[in-house]
Amino acid sequence: MLTVVLLNLPERAAGRTKFAIGALFLPLFGLVGSGQTLMDLGTSALVTRRSLTQELERLRQENQQLRLDALQGAEARRENDRLRQLLGWQAQPGWHARAAKVIARDPENWWRTLLIDRGSRDGLRPNLPVISPEGLVGRVADVGPSTAQVVFVGDPKCRVPVVVRETGEQGVITAPSAGVLDHRLVDLTHLPRNSALKAGQTVFTSGLGGVLPGGLPVGMVVDSRTVGYGLSTEARIKLLADTSRLSEVLVLLP
Amino acid sequence: MNWPRVILLLLLALLGVFAQATLDLPRRWLGAQPSLLPAVVVSAALNGDVALVALVAVTGGVALDALSANPLGVSVLPLFVIGFALNRWRDLLLREVAYAQAVLGALAAVGVSVAKLLLLLTLGEHPLLGWGSLWQGVVIAGAGALLTPLVCRGVENLAALFAYPVEPASSFRPDREIKRGRT
Repeated sequence: MLTVVLLNLPERAAGRTKFAIGALFLPLFGLVGSGQTLMDLGTSALVTRRSLTQELERLRQENQQLRLDALQGAEARRENDRLRQLLGWQAQPGWHARAAKVIARDPENWWRTLLIDRGSRDGLRPNLPVISPEGLVGRVADVGPSTAQVVFVGDPKCRVPVVVRETGEQGVITAPSAGVLDHRLVDLTHLPRNSALKAGQTVFTSGLGGVLPGGLPVGMVVDSRTVGYGLSTEARIKLLADTSRLSEVLVLLP
Repeated sequence: MNWPRVILLLLLALLGVFAQATLDLPRRWLGAQPSLLPAVVVSAALNGDVALVALVAVTGGVALDALSANPLGVSVLPLFVIGFALNRWRDLLLREVAYAQAVLGALAAVGVSVAKLLLLLTLGEHPLLGWGSLWQGVVIAGAGALLTPLVCRGVENLAALFAYPVEPASSFRPDREIKRGRT
């Protein structure tokens, strides 16, 4: 009886109820987070002065390189804006990132989602892209006041339009048709019949559909095969972001 | 109803869901995330009544669905049905033997997962399934077999701490009493 009532709740009410019940676990999530912070502090206290100096030197060099890249990027962006203005094209919206901590993962084996510690109070809303330094992680699915559920690329509820950089072919990343054990392997479908895909080619978001911005790195082609009696091609993609080891993610806000 | 046992089982169900959502090592090493809930439901069914089974199934199932992408309430029915069936025929089972508990735990873990998947497919959802799901079923069954006797034994021992101690049986037997004197 209760199951029938719960399953027939309106989507909005069900979502709110889920976040309200999930909020009961927030103190425990906080406790685990504090424990991890303490452990990290303890570990960092054991690092030698020499290795810290080496790390500092490496980061200084990296910082210099990144500053140079940022300057070049800013210049290219200005030039792009100027040319867009000259051609009368619509200006592309800028995105800024908001960091979030991963507090839980989906307890079931058949979904690929996680829970982050940012919600509507932090400006999050459904369908915002979620990335890691390696590449696209997924998108925000449901948002509560202080937490949000993120659906990974490869979950049946997250289909991503992508483009292969080397060939310019466009397709859609969907859930893996086989092999649920390797969480980094997904399928690239809706490719043309005479596709020229090769292993190692890189896949980026195409920006089609307007949900995700274009140009976010997604993964690399592993192999491809013809399907549907030779009418179309499918490829297996290895995702760049290792979702099993994520502890922080970045949510892109417009 | 034995209240310490009820509270212990409910706490165990909630902590099991929390551990399932935060401990990612089993999924990383074995490719599947085992669940403590079927073991808790089996323990409730073997040593409690139907009300306790329903309470554990609702509490654990709703908490699990709240942290998962499952539609809310989808886990409650499979947990309750398995628990109800075990509770109904528990007198026919060797419920105090660890081996029997392990077999029941394995069957319950797989049964709950399969029932949940069927319910999800009936609702028009598209859970991630493949040949690897068979391996995940093996891991889930193994974890159920391992956890159920531990949960049953642990809950019994902890509940005994809050109950009155059992009075040792007297060695005096009235039928062996030597009655002196004439009757």
